[in-house]
Amino acid sequence: MTTRTGSAVDGPAATAPAVLAARGVSVRFAARGGGGVVRAVDDVDLRVGPGEIVALVGESGCGKSTLARTLLGLERPSGGSVLFKGEPLGYRARELKAYRRRVQLVPQDPGGSLDPRHSVYEAVAEGLRVHHGTLPDEAVRVERALSRAGLRPPERFFLRYPHELSGGQRQRVVIAGALVLEPEAVVADEPVASLDASVRGEILALLLRLRAELGLSALVVTHDLGLAWNIADRVAVMYLGRVVEAGPVEEVLTAPRHPYTRALLSVLPDASAATPTILTGEPPDPARVPPGCRFHPRCPVLASGAAAEAGVAHRCGAEDPGPLPEAPGHGAACHYAAVTAERPEAGNR
Amino acid sequence: MNHLETRGLTVAYRAGGREVPAVRGVDLAIPPGGTLGLAGESGCGKSTVALAVLRLLPATARVGGSVLLAGEDVLTMAWGRLRAVRWAGASIVFQGAMHSLNAVRRVGDQIAEPVLLHESAETPASAARRAADLLERVGLPPRTAAAYPHELSGGQRQRVMIAMALACGPRLVIADEPTTALDVMVQAQILRLLKDLVARNGIAMMMISHDLSVLADACDRLAVMYAGRIVEEGPARQVFADARHPYAAALGAAFPVVGDPASRYAPRGLAGDPPDPAGSGTGCSFRPRCAVAEDRCAYVDPALWRAGPDRSAACVRVLPSEEVL
Repeated sequence: MTTRTGSAVDGPAATAPAVLAARGVSVRFAARGGGGVVRAVDDVDLRVGPGEIVALVGESGCGKSTLARTLLGLERPSGGSVLFKGEPLGYRARELKAYRRRVQLVPQDPGGSLDPRHSVYEAVAEGLRVHHGTLPDEAVRVERALSRAGLRPPERFFLRYPHELSGGQRQRVVIAGALVLEPEAVVADEPVASLDASVRGEILALLLRLRAELGLSALVVTHDLGLAWNIADRVAVMYLGRVVEAGPVEEVLTAPRHPYTRALLSVLPDASAATPTILTGEPPDPARVPPGCRFHPRCPVLASGAAAEAGVAHRCGAEDPGPLPEAPGHGAACHYAAVTAERPEAGNR
Repeated sequence: MNHLETRGLTVAYRAGGREVPAVRGVDLAIPPGGTLGLAGESGCGKSTVALAVLRLLPATARVGGSVLLAGEDVLTMAWGRLRAVRWAGASIVFQGAMHSLNAVRRVGDQIAEPVLLHESAETPASAARRAADLLERVGLPPRTAAAYPHELSGGQRQRVMIAMALACGPRLVIADEPTTALDVMVQAQILRLLKDLVARNGIAMMMISHDLSVLADACDRLAVMYAGRIVEEGPARQVFADARHPYAAALGAAFPVVGDPASRYAPRGLAGDPPDPAGSGTGCSFRPRCAVAEDRCAYVDPALWRAGPDRSAACVRVLPSEEVL
């Protein structure tokens, strides 16, 4: 069972039709070595409203990148659907091509995604040429995209090559390549993970500025909770293929309800938590999702006896709390959080 | 005596007929059991310092000053002595465990290798037992010894690297970005493991990272490098929370404290590009990117000055006003 509480004020982004949404999306793969199914994404609802920045956080293997690829139309869901402005995404070649103009990927690691033999101009113009051929105003569009990405004066960068640029400048070129098609939304995969600390803040500030100036919606896939705190309006926490907690950043990151979110926050290097909850072992295998609540084998609340005290321990191992339905407000897919939600002091300990 | 001490350490690389300075006079000291975090962005010289400590720099590097490991100068050591000191005196945990492990050898054999090379009393069987013990000490089941690197997760591989670094009982461990590219939970596991191991065995540690929050958490003291020099040094918590050098402050603010209203919707970075190591103008090397630079910064190249009890910073702003140049 899941709990949902409406926050007092939901911004316009929460009520307007979503720019990008996943409705009951599942992605399954055949397990390596035959036999068994990997449930990479397992019945997920997610929405990104107009001009909204949503952070999708979780550890490697939790399914966040697969979900992002599915939202970009690069992966076809095994179940459920992807919606763009309320319309289900079509998977015919022409439909996908049109879609990819409007929702752009900002790839991770600019070092790997830029061709070293292409100048900055060619790298940015490439997307335009794929979609429109050679436009008469190509140079103007490239110039505008570079300028929006913070590379000014833009024409000074036209003939530079990736190796002549700093890591931050390369990431800006990659962002300009996404902006040149004037998309309505971007999906950014770990946009700052490979950058130096000093550059990180500059790139995050750029994403905020693009939202303010262009009304650009963004889904940012990351394992970095500090990034979510820095720029996102809402955050969705994924564990083993499911969104286990979602809501406004201020609520989820300062008053987390799911024991997994709490553990993630407690191990941040500067966390004020006196005793960090370090989960042992690796995130489990999506080919073998545990029965009941998928987090129960690693759950510190269950292990400490607090779940038994609250009278839900028997359900944790037997009953799936179910997917978290998309709704405004703060929600967590946790039996314990559900029964302690009325007593926030117990829920926040 | 300090486990590690560098005095006026300089390193310059020859490139295209000229010398490019990478490290420009670094003094560091780590006492037995001490932990020092060395922070800075790519190209600041922090990894070059680590490599210089074990004389692992390429032949194109020219090294000056001294590096004392338990009082012995590594830079003038005979080759045989240097081989003995590597692994047993000091060892390195490199970043990117995938590339540092041999992909076609079982990890148990890779851990046993330095043991066999360094300790003549060891037999292959006893070295294998020691490898199994080491794997247990880093929290892996002894059967991991039979695995190849690709069969392990990133966190497990980093644990193998740590086991290898501990194999010959070193007095100093250098960890170069040991948790970069790891998930938060695995990062927390590895940091706790390193902290426990150095504390329990009285090993000194130098940890290198661009993430000040990680270093402040894992180390007693923190040194921040910029353009080949240390620009701030002091107790880790103080340097992280209340830096005296504007560069150290910017680096600290780059990783927000979740829940801090000041950083909500306010990511903080540092404008401008890292300094060009080849071009050394006059004055403070941080001046072109400094938000609080003054006129005198154009001609004063500040050395490390006392900036409070047990702290120092290379910034004219920490000078008492009567000493203004």
